Amino acid sequence: MSGHATYQPTSPFMKWFERRLPIVGLLYSSFVAYPTPRNLNYWWTFGGILTFFLIAQFITGIVLAMHYTPHVDFAFNSVEHIMRDVNYGWLLRYMHANGAAMFFLAAYIHMFRGMYYGSYKDPREVLWILGVILLLLMIMTGFMGYVLPWGQMSFWAATVITNLFSAIPGIGEAVVTWLWGGYSVGNPTLNRFYALHYLLPFVIAGVVGLHIWALHVVGQNNPTGIDVKSEQDTVAFTPYATIKDSFLMVVFCILFAWFVFYVPNFLGHADNYIPANPAVTPTHIVPEWYYLPFYAILRAIPNKLMGVGALGASIVILAFLPWLDTSKVRSANYRPLYRQFFWIFVIVCVGLGWLGSKPAEGGYVIVSRIFTAYYFLHFLVILPLLGLFEKTKPLPNSISESILSPAPAASVT
Amino acid sequence: MLRHILAAILAASLLGLMAPHPAAAEDQTEQNHPYEPPPPPKLKWSFAGPFGHYDQAQLQRGFKVYREVCANCHGLSLLSFRNLGEPGALGYSEAQIKALASEYKVQDGPNDQGEMFERNGRPADRFPAPFPNDNAARARYNAVPPDFSVIAKARTYERGFPWFIVDAFTQYQEHGVDYIAAYLGGFEDKPPPKVNIPAGLQFNKYFPGGGNSMPKPVQIYTGLVTYDDGTPQTVEQYAKDVSAFLMWAAEPHLEERKRIGFQVMVFLIVFAGLLYFTKKKVWSAVKGHT
Repeated sequence: MSGHATYQPTSPFMKWFERRLPIVGLLYSSFVAYPTPRNLNYWWTFGGILTFFLIAQFITGIVLAMHYTPHVDFAFNSVEHIMRDVNYGWLLRYMHANGAAMFFLAAYIHMFRGMYYGSYKDPREVLWILGVILLLLMIMTGFMGYVLPWGQMSFWAATVITNLFSAIPGIGEAVVTWLWGGYSVGNPTLNRFYALHYLLPFVIAGVVGLHIWALHVVGQNNPTGIDVKSEQDTVAFTPYATIKDSFLMVVFCILFAWFVFYVPNFLGHADNYIPANPAVTPTHIVPEWYYLPFYAILRAIPNKLMGVGALGASIVILAFLPWLDTSKVRSANYRPLYRQFFWIFVIVCVGLGWLGSKPAEGGYVIVSRIFTAYYFLHFLVILPLLGLFEKTKPLPNSISESILSPAPAASVT
Repeated sequence: MLRHILAAILAASLLGLMAPHPAAAEDQTEQNHPYEPPPPPKLKWSFAGPFGHYDQAQLQRGFKVYREVCANCHGLSLLSFRNLGEPGALGYSEAQIKALASEYKVQDGPNDQGEMFERNGRPADRFPAPFPNDNAARARYNAVPPDFSVIAKARTYERGFPWFIVDAFTQYQEHGVDYIAAYLGGFEDKPPPKVNIPAGLQFNKYFPGGGNSMPKPVQIYTGLVTYDDGTPQTVEQYAKDVSAFLMWAAEPHLEERKRIGFQVMVFLIVFAGLLYFTKKKVWSAVKGHT
């Protein structure tokens, strides 16, 4: 993005400094002068919200790490020590646990926004794939974090998930032993999960850097899905986007605070307040809510290897979305059919989440299979075909035209 | 066309959900229903809701029940005597806690001779365990009585759809205490007809499966714990008081949490309002935006 105002240092020191390390200029052009489409709606504020929660997770997590003991005999009690004796330890832990949930919620909204407005299409494929990598990293980090309190659910979730790798033909058992660092989930497992739970967020931060870099190369998509054509189509990031992002961030924090202060254990499981016991299996082993759709896909398939394959495919397929969607039109606002299929897809994802929380028996399994089949159909059949057959609505000539003389509102057919 | 697709998915899903349950079918033939406990009644708790706080008198009564009845088998291993006097706790003075702690014998050591020795408890000591290790408990009770430090958060019951969603809005978080209070009053000498309880287990109306290893706590069924403040000495009252005490034990910072929560909420709502109007003002300069 060229052509916009650049940073002009005024003080002699800043002039001296800028000639040697132009970091202020970089920040200025990235977060102040950066032109952002003027028609962005509130669904575009979740990137900022995610950044906020990443930083919040870092701060709370690092302080928690100062008080936590990664050992099977002490982990559970050290978490309780944080809850009882560390100053505001209860606040840090509830913020960290519920912050992870908010992080996933914001990420899912962010992704659905990208799907609705076709933000993954040319030229934003790499930006989108970096996002899928971020989702994978988040899933791994969140899972390992859930194991650390070493309650019953921690232990059994670790057992179930690591056991998935045993489905790999031939080397499965060896891989699982290697992951565990022993012949069952034990102290070496907890230790490495702790080390990785501390490491992966830094990898996430790095990929977030690439994600933002890629975003600033190609520019933001917008609700019309058409490219920015002139300066009239944009406003400066600061103050316009910053104030809008800040407002929704604070609104989102109200939701966060509701969970942290009033229902801090709502999203967790009572069983995780029982210390891990390898001799007693909980009646239902259920992951955190944000993994439930994937868990439902895993259990929908009777064959273990195929189930694990489907679980992996359900995430990896997202990376191919830019090529599976054959439509040239980005925004669902101008794609009447896609718009409806999008909402069906949202319902199917939420439905899979609900099914993932139910025991894998009887009717639930049948519905899980239907929904799983639909999940893949959406990507492999519906999206490729829609682009070929769908009659799209006429696009506005420019972003500013769409705002200043709005065409008749898009209606549902 | 789309309506049809959606309708087809929904219809297939409903059919799927109504499909016969293989497990249920088996049970019918075997005539051996696993016992399904009723949901525990929802009680009124002083610590429920956004302004909830503990009722000190109730916590003190609950602690008395714990000491005289539960503590024979159930530990409180994560709590120290000093916790009882902290803000938002039972309201005991320092002297009271010192006196209380000294009633307990605590193992300490090794001393200069390398020997372990027993001494009177101090406020900083943890509550001593009722048995030296799990095997000792098993030998004595045939099961390990669970520790009570976080039990109020470690127990729950299934709320089902849509209640589990509603609970997030109504802030219903008292599943654990409701269950424990119901459980304590739920011991019945004989299981209902058709319910088979394995030999050696005690029937409890609210326990999943019905049969559990804990014998009926006779003291609370016969009014053996004396209340000095005229509170009725009934099993319901004992159960409620000790449940409240266990909630405090599991969540000692609950009052502080809810108090700070209210302040944070007020701040965030005012801040969001200010940001909203600032945003409106800033954007009013851009044509086509309100």
